[in-house]
This record gives sequence, C-alpha cells and structure tokens, in this order.
Amino acid sequence: MADLARISRIGRLTRALLVTCALVATSAFAAETIDPGALKRLVHQDCGSCHGLTLKGGLGPDLRAQNLQHYDLGVLKGVILDGIPDTAMPGWRPLMSEEEAEWVARYLLEPVQ
Amino acid sequence: MKQFAFALIATCLATIAEAEPTATGDLGLVIERATGSVLLIDQSERAALARIKGLGDLSHASLVYSPDQRFAYIFGRDGGLTKLDIVTRQIAGRVLQSGNAIGGAISDDGQLVAVSNYEPGGVRVFDADTLQMVADIPTGGKTIGLVDAPGRRFVFTGWDSGQTWIADFASAEPRISKIPDMGRNPYDALITANGRTYITGLFGEDGLTALDLWSDDPQPIRVLPGYGRGQQEMPVYKMPHLEGWADTGSEFVLPAVGHHEVLWIDAETLKETARTPTHGQPVFAMARPDGRHVWVNFAHPLNDTIQVIDTLSKQVIREFKPGPAVLHMEFTPRGHEVWISVRDANVVMVYDTQSFEKLREIEAKSPSGIFFTARAHKTGL
Repeated sequence: MADLARISRIGRLTRALLVTCALVATSAFAAETIDPGALKRLVHQDCGSCHGLTLKGGLGPDLRAQNLQHYDLGVLKGVILDGIPDTAMPGWRPLMSEEEAEWVARYLLEPVQ
Repeated sequence: MKQFAFALIATCLATIAEAEPTATGDLGLVIERATGSVLLIDQSERAALARIKGLGDLSHASLVYSPDQRFAYIFGRDGGLTKLDIVTRQIAGRVLQSGNAIGGAISDDGQLVAVSNYEPGGVRVFDADTLQMVADIPTGGKTIGLVDAPGRRFVFTGWDSGQTWIADFASAEPRISKIPDMGRNPYDALITANGRTYITGLFGEDGLTALDLWSDDPQPIRVLPGYGRGQQEMPVYKMPHLEGWADTGSEFVLPAVGHHEVLWIDAETLKETARTPTHGQPVFAMARPDGRHVWVNFAHPLNDTIQVIDTLSKQVIREFKPGPAVLHMEFTPRGHEVWISVRDANVVMVYDTQSFEKLREIEAKSPSGIFFTARAHKTGL
C-alpha cells in the first residue's frame, strides 16, 4: 500500500515535471514564433472579411466561441490550415504555421487570451 | 423702441449667419469600420470636417445618398440602417432592421431605401423619409448584389439559391420576378451606369452571369464561362467587389476569382477581349471616370499594393505601396484625384491621378469605404 502510494506520488511528480517542461518548451517556442497581437488582428480583420469583424458571421458562418464548441481543437486547426473543399473557406497554410493555426483555433474556442 | 430695433437687427444678423448654406456637392463620407463612426470629408479642401459616431458595427459597411445630397443612408453589418444629415452632421434616423446585413440601394426617385440581409435572408425596403418599412421580401438565404435599376426597381441575388430577383415598385404592391440558374454561389453583382446590364460574379464556378434588364423576360447570359480553365486555382482570402463597372468606354474590367488577373470584356458582345496579370487577387478594379486608367487593389496578404493599368495597352504602368491594408478607392467625379483608404495606417491618402503624386494624408480610424456625394446621381451606386 505504501509502495503504491509512493509510485502514485512519483507518478504525479513525474507528470507535473513533464507538464512543466512542456509548458516551458511551448512558451519558449511560442515566444519565438507567435505574435498574439498580429494573430488577433488577422482573425478580426482578415477572417472578418467573411466572418465579420465581431465574428458573428457574414458570407461565412458565425465563429463566436459559443457556436464552435462542437469543434475539437485539432479539427478546427485543420479547417484553418486546409480550408473546406467546395466552400468559400480557403486553406491558410500558405500564410501561417501549424503553431499559429493552433493559436488561432484556441483563440476562437476561448477568446480570452 | 430703440432697444427693440437693436434686438431685431441682432436677431436678423444671427439668422443670416446661421442660414449660411452648406453646399454638399464636394463632400463625402469615410467609413471607420472598427469604431462605428464616419468621417465627413471635403474633397476641395482635402480635409476631414467632422466625425459622427454611434453607427453600430460598420465592418463591411456601405452607404448611398439622397438625390439632394443631404442625407446618407448607411448600411451597417449589424443590420443598422442610419440616416445621416450631412448638413447638420446629426443622425436623422436609425433602425436596426435585421441581424446581419450586407449593403443597400436607393431607388431612382430617391423615395425607397432597400437593404440586403444575410440574416434573416432577404431584402427589406424602407421609406427614405421616415425609415418605416414598406416591404419585406424574404428570399430564404443570404442575399447579395442588391442594386437599384431604372423604373423604381431593385435587383438582388441569392448566394445559395443562385437566383436573381427583380422587385418592381412602380405600383403600390411590389411585383417580384425570379430568374433561376444564374450560376453557383454568386458573391456580388453590379449594374451598368445606364441601368441595362446586371452582372453577378460567381464564386462557385469560373464565370459571370449577365441579365439584360431591357428585355421583358431577362434570361441568364453566361459571360466568360470557364475563364480559369487549365490554371491552378488560388485561395481567395477576400471576395472581390463588383461595385460599379470599371467601364472604359467600349470595354469593362472585372476582377477574376481565384486567379491573379483582371478580365476585359467587350461591352457590346460580353466576350473576353483580354486579361491582365496582376500582383494578387484583385478586390476592386475601378476605372478612372474618364476610363483611361484602371486602378486595382488586392486581397490579403498582398493588400498593401495598388496597380494602375493603362486601358489602351492593358499593361500595368504603375505599382506602388500606399501602406498596410488598402481597402478602397474613390475617384473624384471628374477623376483628377483618387482617395485611398489605408486601414492599418489609419489614413486616407489623396493621390493626383495624372502625376501619381501623393497630395495629402488625412487621419482616419481604420478607414474602409469612401463615398463622395456625387454618387447620388449614379445608377447602381
């Protein structure tokens, strides 16, 4: 029992350590490549060409967070990068990195960033 | 008695001062899209005169003018329809007529103002004096390409349905005629200055579709079907706009979709005469009023650039970068200047169209559409 508790404690520690490393790595990486201000501007001004400055929809659908909750992050990121065939949604891969697309997807799902 | 006479004279003088007329013929408005305001501009002074606030969500906003050039009807994205008195610089009326709107038009007699809506899809028509709704025309889908046509008519098209509807308000009850098969996903439309030809640009297929409004029973006429055949389609990060023909006399110029070029069409036969490769996906291709040059701006991410194309040689003769996010261009009515909104530089730039010299920068907050009052006298604008 004591062993089990210790293992689980080690497990928790390891997990915490890994998460911390991942966070440090991500933010270090993000600091080099992600410009949140520029991406926010892109979302509202350029995605906004079709989806509206406030993202409530235009020729393209409503992108406000409450209407995107059925999307998981990966799928949304995929839509941003590769578009939706036979619709007006273009793929943004030529203009942004995977990391930037993920940031945008996260921002759309949780706008407070 | 002497006092009374003095007071009377003073009052008269004051009245004369107040009655100094405001001529609106060289004024205009700039949409400030992010702040819900418009900037009143003076073409001759090359200056901003006033900012009017409280107009709601003005992303993708546009406006039309009353025939006397006193009132602007501003169509906001949020469905707001605002009547602005540019003489008193006051809002004269405002209604929230839908949830999501995309533009409007004013009838040839100036009595009706129509707004096209994404949500609920359709067109609503208002009394230009009172802003009371006089007709509600649901189309069942997002409605684009609304223009006025001679004879108190409005013409508009469904993005999903590919149908163009003509609403005729010549008598009390509007008569609606529907023309199916205009093509897949029409994204915008325009009408020629003489009010005869209505053209929709198509997003869902390479080509455009025209209607001859002089015909008793207009039928879709395919224009440039398959113009992009054999070419790699490029992503479209912003839909082109077809506001006003770029009419160069015998030809028209239109932006291609998914291709970095403008298309030249013979005005009589509607057949292609040429195409000019451009810097990016064109958004506006606008002819200088004399038709000699065509000025083109571009979609994101190449939207810092303007190209000027010579109508005779169909070659790009000038390319320059006014600044980040060039959204719109408006020529003075006789074409000696062009006013350009550069959104991310927060300025409107004034250029001489002969020398290409920049004459002035006017501060504006996230400027988009620029509209001079001379539009009041032009069909389709």
